[in-house]
Amino acid sequence: MSEESFAYTPGLAASPMTLVTKVRALPIKGEILVKQGDRVGFDTIVGRCYLEGAPYIVKASEVLGVDPEEISKYMTVKVGDRVRRGDVIAKYSAFLGLMRREVAAPVDGVVESANELTGHVVVREPPKLIEVSAYVRGIVKEVIPGEAAVVETPAAYIQGIIGFGGERHGVISVAVSRPDEVLDESKLNESHAGKIVVGGSFTTYEALAKAQRIGVKGVIVGGANIADVEKLVGYRIGVAITGRENIGFTLILTEGFGKLAMSERAFNILKQNEGREAAVNGTTQVRAGVVRPEVVIPLEREVRAGVEGAETLGEGRVKIGSTVRIIRYPYFGAIGTVVELPVELHTIETESPVRIVRIRLQDGSVVSVPRANIEIIGE
Amino acid sequence: MNFKNDPRFILATDVGSTTTKARFFGKVGDEWRFLASGEAPTTVEKPVEDVTKGVRNAVREVEELTGHKILNDSSGELGFIMPYRGGKEGIDVYVSTSSAGGGLQMLVAGVVKSITAESAQRAALGAGAIIMDVLAVDDGREPYEKINIVRFLRPDIVLIAGGTDGGDKTHVKEIAETIAMAKPRPRFGVTFKLPIVYAGNKDARDDVKKIFAQDCFDLRCVDNLRPQIEVERVEPARNAILDLFMEHVMAHAPGYEKLMKLTSTEIMPTPAAEGLMIRTFAEARGVNVLGVGMGGATTNLYSYFDGRFLRTVSANLGMSYSIGNVLKEAGLDSVKRWVPLDLSDEVIMSIIYNKMIRPTTIPMTLTDLMVEHAVARESIRMGFNHHKYLARELKGVKKERTISDIFEEVKEEETYIDMKRVDYIIGTGGLLSRAPRRAQSMLILIDAFQPVGFTYIMQDSVFMIPHLGVLTKLYRDIAVEIFERECLVPLGTVVAARGAGNLGDVVGDVTVEHADGRRESFTLHVGEIRRVEVPQSEEVTVTVVPAKSFDFSAGFGKKVSRKIRGGVVGVVFDGRGRPVVLPQDGERAKLLWSWFKAMNMYPESFIRGGGE
Repeated sequence: MSEESFAYTPGLAASPMTLVTKVRALPIKGEILVKQGDRVGFDTIVGRCYLEGAPYIVKASEVLGVDPEEISKYMTVKVGDRVRRGDVIAKYSAFLGLMRREVAAPVDGVVESANELTGHVVVREPPKLIEVSAYVRGIVKEVIPGEAAVVETPAAYIQGIIGFGGERHGVISVAVSRPDEVLDESKLNESHAGKIVVGGSFTTYEALAKAQRIGVKGVIVGGANIADVEKLVGYRIGVAITGRENIGFTLILTEGFGKLAMSERAFNILKQNEGREAAVNGTTQVRAGVVRPEVVIPLEREVRAGVEGAETLGEGRVKIGSTVRIIRYPYFGAIGTVVELPVELHTIETESPVRIVRIRLQDGSVVSVPRANIEIIGE
Repeated sequence: MNFKNDPRFILATDVGSTTTKARFFGKVGDEWRFLASGEAPTTVEKPVEDVTKGVRNAVREVEELTGHKILNDSSGELGFIMPYRGGKEGIDVYVSTSSAGGGLQMLVAGVVKSITAESAQRAALGAGAIIMDVLAVDDGREPYEKINIVRFLRPDIVLIAGGTDGGDKTHVKEIAETIAMAKPRPRFGVTFKLPIVYAGNKDARDDVKKIFAQDCFDLRCVDNLRPQIEVERVEPARNAILDLFMEHVMAHAPGYEKLMKLTSTEIMPTPAAEGLMIRTFAEARGVNVLGVGMGGATTNLYSYFDGRFLRTVSANLGMSYSIGNVLKEAGLDSVKRWVPLDLSDEVIMSIIYNKMIRPTTIPMTLTDLMVEHAVARESIRMGFNHHKYLARELKGVKKERTISDIFEEVKEEETYIDMKRVDYIIGTGGLLSRAPRRAQSMLILIDAFQPVGFTYIMQDSVFMIPHLGVLTKLYRDIAVEIFERECLVPLGTVVAARGAGNLGDVVGDVTVEHADGRRESFTLHVGEIRRVEVPQSEEVTVTVVPAKSFDFSAGFGKKVSRKIRGGVVGVVFDGRGRPVVLPQDGERAKLLWSWFKAMNMYPESFIRGGGE
């Protein structure tokens, strides 16, 4: 029996206080509007850039019936000119104007090129303004000119397992009294408009629909039925790459699909911070370079990494005494303490020989679970 | 290095999208043996974001299990004790494959969808790529739609083909211009240049160079992959893709730079290595082979048929990250039809989607296992359809077919893969290798491929085909030796007929003659599976006299007799016809349980209790 194992588990963060750093990057080079040391709010615009408009290719030489290399001769506008949709940009005329062919601009935009290799003319739509907000309240720690602002804040921080909808912020309101309680529509009312509502183990579809109607900013809950989530987003989910759903609020599931009590630790952190303003982001990418949804609750106290009270989130290593949660049926959601980490392989119900961990559950019983099926939630 | 000709210990890893797998081989006496394996989650997640950590954890497990010291712990960085120092210390060779980071994601473009674009797909798939989209002049989309697709996808590499040498240049320039116009941004790094491989009409190269003369592109021109309409040469394009993959993509993934310095030969994409091993085996034996690698994110299919090798990667069909997508593409009913348990849709979906969001977990209950097996059948079935779509004779005429048809059934006459003449089916990947009973792998492979005639089925013992594939680069003989002796588990022969009938109708009369003179005779009925235990070491003579509506490879109603070998599962007589049709009513569960019982697929008590 080894007392420490390399049963690495990714684990989801749930910290009452840590130093959260957010790199607020522009998608392409642009302008950063804040400077180091500035205090920023959730909605402060920290940078902006202009994203090139979509290009439209017009097969001009083909339409005019001329050779591609001659296209410049027939252009009625110059590269760089602004044009409106329908404007004539090239024309061909012969036999004293009896034979005329014209090419019109397909969109409002700027003439970008007239290519003598292909005979094509490109009209590009006007650039689109993209603004990036601070997302969290905090202090600008660093500025990468033209590219990003780094915002730092001491905060309570919770990661979920999957989310839907993008970045939003609002005041936390806990709508249930226990982490295993169901969030149904009776627990939501008009006072939740603009707030981030915390549920317990499960949300009904009716509760989600009501949240949408009332105008809540976010719902954080242990689990939901996959069919209900698909009904909400309006399509069948294929891969876990989410965050762009247009559902009017941000939904974060902390545990998974089904009725699964929210981890006590996460629930308590949310409860303790009721009334504080939090940022939520449902963006999830379960792929290499995993992104999990998150709740960031900026705190007033100045905290630095390593200072007492701050917790650094890191690689999980299972040890005897570690508090873990089981993340697969039949014990999905159960919490317990590691009592043994046998080195040798054990046969489980499926008859698979696997490395296991023995866990004492909260009811005192001891169960054996594959090491792959746990996540660490504390030492 | 004095071990060059005579290594003693070899370590190989595969950095998968979900799990990093270490395999340890050593020379025992005069024979090469597989000694131990270690596995750990791949560490591309924050806060680690360094694949070498997962490699270290997997190798540490090998050390714990063997007592053989491999890791050099003198610094915080991953390092190995090399060369072998005697006793239980050190290794001589370290090789690795990888599919982490989402693998190699490519956009391919050609002029005509069924001609150059299809050849371009074959070249990219041959390099182990995942095809994100296929652009063609005749794909029915407007130029601005194509531009938006290119902008949105952010591929690792773009392959452009089109036109025969000396032929028309207009269209290939048009497709090049579309891509250049979109200025696609790569996935890694702002300063990164997007690699473009041009393998089209060689006379258009200068024009294409001008079109891509911007800072954001790194253009490589190689020989035309369709120099003439009836000739396809994918090797130069494929090699250029592999070079660029190493130079650009791998080097930018977290921790790869460190890993690349440690390997004895270049890191290969997992599907490329897997395919190389299967091809090497098929060539050495001169047989027709189908192979499947079931990954967490992708399903990879291989075929070596009449000397032609083809590898395809079905992106987003996999058993962990992509498991939800298999359900989406196949449909819930297609998955459910393989599960005889009384489970609600919500329960089946919860099992599948919870696996998707926690991809490194493994099934603990037989119910979970059975649901995963159902998904696996559908994943391979759809991946094989994709494969057959590309395993076709060269097309010189335009044929209407859209990319959305890719998972649809491919008609038999459209593919050159004749199921009657497939000698071997080889399965690999976590789900198959880790299947608690070999019979599970065998029936999954039979249900998914639905072979006809007499087909021998084997599987990877503990998932080491990619490891051995990359090893062939350095030590071909050692790799083949380990592959045949230690890696392949002979499951047995499946004997199946093409045709259809009503449940209970006669498919054929079967006689099995054992080497010791024993004879077994029985009548095989529609909807029935019969398994005869025959060890791998024994060769039996099987004679089938089929009913007139069934064909066991000699023709409908024609008697056939073959000498075949058994395996750990035995000889399976499949009377379900082709394609396998499952009834909609209550008969379905009863049939499934009868098949599972015949195969001895799950514990007797579970089958007897109807899954309770």
